[in-house]
Amino acid sequence: MTPSAKRPFSRDQRITIVYGMLVFVLILLVLQLWLLTATMNAWLGGDDSIVWPAAIVSTACLALNFGLYRYLGRIERTRKGEQA
Amino acid sequence: MGDRVADVKNDPRAPIDPAINSPGREGLTGTAPASLYAPSFDREQISIAPDFVPADAQPAWRQDFPIDWPQDLYVERRDFMKFMVLTSAAFAAGQLWIGAQNWFRKYTGSPPLQRIASVDDLAVGASIVFSYPSEHDPCLLVRLSTSELVAFGQKCTHLSCAVIPRPEENSFFCPCHEGRFDLRTGKPTAGPPRRPLTRIVLDLRGRDIYAVAVEERTT
Repeated sequence: MTPSAKRPFSRDQRITIVYGMLVFVLILLVLQLWLLTATMNAWLGGDDSIVWPAAIVSTACLALNFGLYRYLGRIERTRKGEQA
Repeated sequence: MGDRVADVKNDPRAPIDPAINSPGREGLTGTAPASLYAPSFDREQISIAPDFVPADAQPAWRQDFPIDWPQDLYVERRDFMKFMVLTSAAFAAGQLWIGAQNWFRKYTGSPPLQRIASVDDLAVGASIVFSYPSEHDPCLLVRLSTSELVAFGQKCTHLSCAVIPRPEENSFFCPCHEGRFDLRTGKPTAGPPRRPLTRIVLDLRGRDIYAVAVEERTT
């Protein structure tokens, strides 16, 4: 088995994965930005009914983003481990 | 003659040719096996220059200091993703901060009753500034007619500049960005503000005017 065959993804594949993740993360980030501005506007206007649901959704988006980032790190670690 | 050359090569006591590229010097101190410099056919080991010209045709400086451009691109994207995740964390922290402020607002409860002025102190069309519920919340009390009084927070809902009452124009005017609010309702009528002014609920007890509550509004 050649060294590159041992790796879960080739470098080209990893670049494609990073691009895909970036698109996903950016979409979630725009959603979070919209949530923050909408929540702030509503809260300053005295409407506090959406404060905690929005906070939960925003935290879930953060968890998803962080999970994707961790997955990227896991790909890297696997590759380094196999090289060693 | 040929046998003698072969003997010199195999004999460890034979003097070594000082030329760095001479056969038999690979692996000695200061040298490396020639195979190390052999072209690699592993796709991940090939360094691609930005101009896509083959490595042999690249200038000497690029051969001396090769940069693995695909790997550089990958690391850039990965770092950008890390930055995006940190931004995401900042947004989530902002949401939680709003939640904490909301809890604090509920915890402090409704503001206490506060006397503002006497009706006799205020002529029709005149206004006075007071602070409610805290001293950091400036408000405006305006007497619209003999029997009609309104009070609003003085902070513009755009960027918190102090609004100025203009009874002759039937509006509150914000000089920062020329925002306008209706004098009677406090709703925005022009300029960048989108939310109405904070309304102060009034109570008339005898001849005295009291502020009793704060009413935040979205529309």
